[in-house]
Amino acid sequence: MEGDGIIMQKLMLGNEAVARGLYEAGCRFVSSYPGTPSTEITEFVAKYDEVYAEWAPNEKVAMEAALGASIGGARSFCAMKHVGLNVAADPLFTASYTGVNAGMVIAVADDPGMHSSQNEQDSRHYAQAAKLPMLEPADSTECLAFTKLAFSLSETFDTPVILRTCTRVAHSQNLVTLSDRANDEIKPYEKNPAKYVMAPANAIGRHVVVEKRMSALAEYAETCEINRAEYGDNRLGFITSGTCYQYVREVFPQASVLKLGMVNPLPDRLIREFADKVEMLYVVEELDPILETHVRAMGISLAGGKDKFGLLGELSQRKLRQAMGLSVPEAVSFEEPVPPRPPVMCAGCPHRGLFYVLKKLKLTVCGDIGCYTLGSAQPLCAIDTTICMGASVSGIHGFTMARGEEATKSTVAVIGDSTFMHSGITGLVNIAYNGSNATVIVLDNSITGMTGHQQNPSTGLTLKNQPAPAIRIEDICRAAGIQRVRVVDPQDMAAMEQAVQEELAAHQPSVIISRRPCAMLKCVKPKPALSVNPNLCRGCKKCMKLGCPAIVFENGRARIDETLCVGCGLCPQMCAFGAIGREDA
Amino acid sequence: MNTTSIMVVGVGGQGTLLASKILGNVLVAKGCDVKLSEVHGMSQRGGSVVTYVKFGEKVYSPVIEIGEADYILSFEALEAARWVSYLKKGGKLITNTQKTYPMPVITGAMAYPEDIIGKLSAKVDVIALDALELALQAGSPKAVNLVLIGVLSAMTDIPEDAWINAIENTVPPKFLEMNKKAFALGRSYRQ
Repeated sequence: MEGDGIIMQKLMLGNEAVARGLYEAGCRFVSSYPGTPSTEITEFVAKYDEVYAEWAPNEKVAMEAALGASIGGARSFCAMKHVGLNVAADPLFTASYTGVNAGMVIAVADDPGMHSSQNEQDSRHYAQAAKLPMLEPADSTECLAFTKLAFSLSETFDTPVILRTCTRVAHSQNLVTLSDRANDEIKPYEKNPAKYVMAPANAIGRHVVVEKRMSALAEYAETCEINRAEYGDNRLGFITSGTCYQYVREVFPQASVLKLGMVNPLPDRLIREFADKVEMLYVVEELDPILETHVRAMGISLAGGKDKFGLLGELSQRKLRQAMGLSVPEAVSFEEPVPPRPPVMCAGCPHRGLFYVLKKLKLTVCGDIGCYTLGSAQPLCAIDTTICMGASVSGIHGFTMARGEEATKSTVAVIGDSTFMHSGITGLVNIAYNGSNATVIVLDNSITGMTGHQQNPSTGLTLKNQPAPAIRIEDICRAAGIQRVRVVDPQDMAAMEQAVQEELAAHQPSVIISRRPCAMLKCVKPKPALSVNPNLCRGCKKCMKLGCPAIVFENGRARIDETLCVGCGLCPQMCAFGAIGREDA
Repeated sequence: MNTTSIMVVGVGGQGTLLASKILGNVLVAKGCDVKLSEVHGMSQRGGSVVTYVKFGEKVYSPVIEIGEADYILSFEALEAARWVSYLKKGGKLITNTQKTYPMPVITGAMAYPEDIIGKLSAKVDVIALDALELALQAGSPKAVNLVLIGVLSAMTDIPEDAWINAIENTVPPKFLEMNKKAFALGRSYRQ
């Protein structure tokens, strides 16, 4: 299949195309933390033997590792979702000052519409604030091409380069043409404190370099191929980028479009030339008015921008048509309320038993980011707060300190194993150090669940499925200064209830590790489905309180959907009449 | 060649992604410009899921909007009701009659609508079948996706060989025979 030059075409996800771009660009080092919609980049690149790829415990570590590899002479890369860039913001701003040795590319995937995120922040602000070039591909073809271009820009302009995608680019597929891998030799490393030791005396000098670089990049942006004016009917002109370009082209195939592949810095002369040629000028972009503010600040008047297209969620061809006053396709409707189908904890999920106990005890629960955020949904409704990665452990400290002893007896924090490794540990150190009597529950299912089963430091495997030391959560908790640490199987709800009550009553901080592997893991074999004996069932609906998607209520009796049930054995613990069991039993 | 739009809708975990992958591979082999769009992450946990497949001479937007779908392939009856507004005037809805109760129905907060298929048939062109039954005949409840792909395949001018090729290139060898059987049962299904 492989040969000289062009080798083949393939239907590829935007994320897979970025991974291919990394391979073709001769990237040697990848470190990332999973986050929808960025995760598959790193999973796909791990399939290339030529590229070292790893999951880091968090995005800050990933970015610092990638910068280290770049300084060490290897083309390097890290990927994260938009909120992950918040975690990595510290190295980001100073990496802008140090620049690179070998090329370094940072991918950030935004999630307009919040398909799988806690906010819809616009990562383009970071490129402006950290003074870094940012490229924005509009489909998989550009994902591959821009990734390769980003490495060459990184080395030409001595800067990390940000590649920004969004859900519709990351998770859409189109045909991509593949090429061979470029030279991936390690560059020599030379000691250069003036460039890499960012103490004030050196950093003052580097800031001058940063500003000069941004001027040079702005000049490059004027003529680079990825900023492209497509002239058509000049009565209507659009300035746009990324996936919005696709919506503009779908609705206005004849209009003039200035498609910006580089969204920071912006090309002033190119923008003015385009604006001069078209009669009605619109800026179409999702989320914040980054392009629009720049264009307006240049004194260019617009026929429309955020005033027409709004600040919220995703755009689409339909929203564009509506905003521009065009007709939209007719549609039939079902004309009856259609019950929503929110995501739920899977049948057999080890988190379910724990959340049932927390709800039963009527506790205040500081939540975190992961599958277990679904513990906030009906009917368990067991979570009080969810902010960001690690905020459960830090948050319970503040909450209980503020509210006093009563709160320490009725409040817990819940955090998953991967999230704990990501940013729960420092919060736990704070609890021990500053002495709040908090109870933290680590939900250890031995994998990163919500993003689709990625390995983490507690799993015992690397990204490439090589054996690794499984870092023991109980050891970390004890080392952090917590003396009361115990492990409980959440499948045994009575034992879990007792453990929670004892730890809440204790006069010192404690950690309960709720340990059972994710039911969706291939190594966890489902047991035969359970069934309800209709002659014993009294229709009390106690089993329904678990919120298991496999239990339905029909004709006054509970029934178990055998296509969903994995035989976890939780619901028999709920039934006072012994109506639930295995058919063969 | 105008753009044709196919929506694949269902419940997270039902195998909608594999169905759209097979569709994508068939259409690429046909020489079309193809775009597929899907949403990963949270919605996969038993939530309502949707995949868009678009093909033609040149496809721009990867998403399908209200009133634009030529075909909707629904893996579950309630999902057909949820997404029917995306069907184009004159479009075709192919739906599995299988019911999977969503959490608001399980908790009793809302009722699962009665006679969804009948109500939909009064408004749009519907092909409804018990794809689960056919999948079980083929050997696995997980083959619902291939049954539905089979039904859709019979409405296109794409030769059967091309579909079989795409299935062979997409499905793991271990499950190939079972999936081919499910596809054949769907393809020969007549209402």
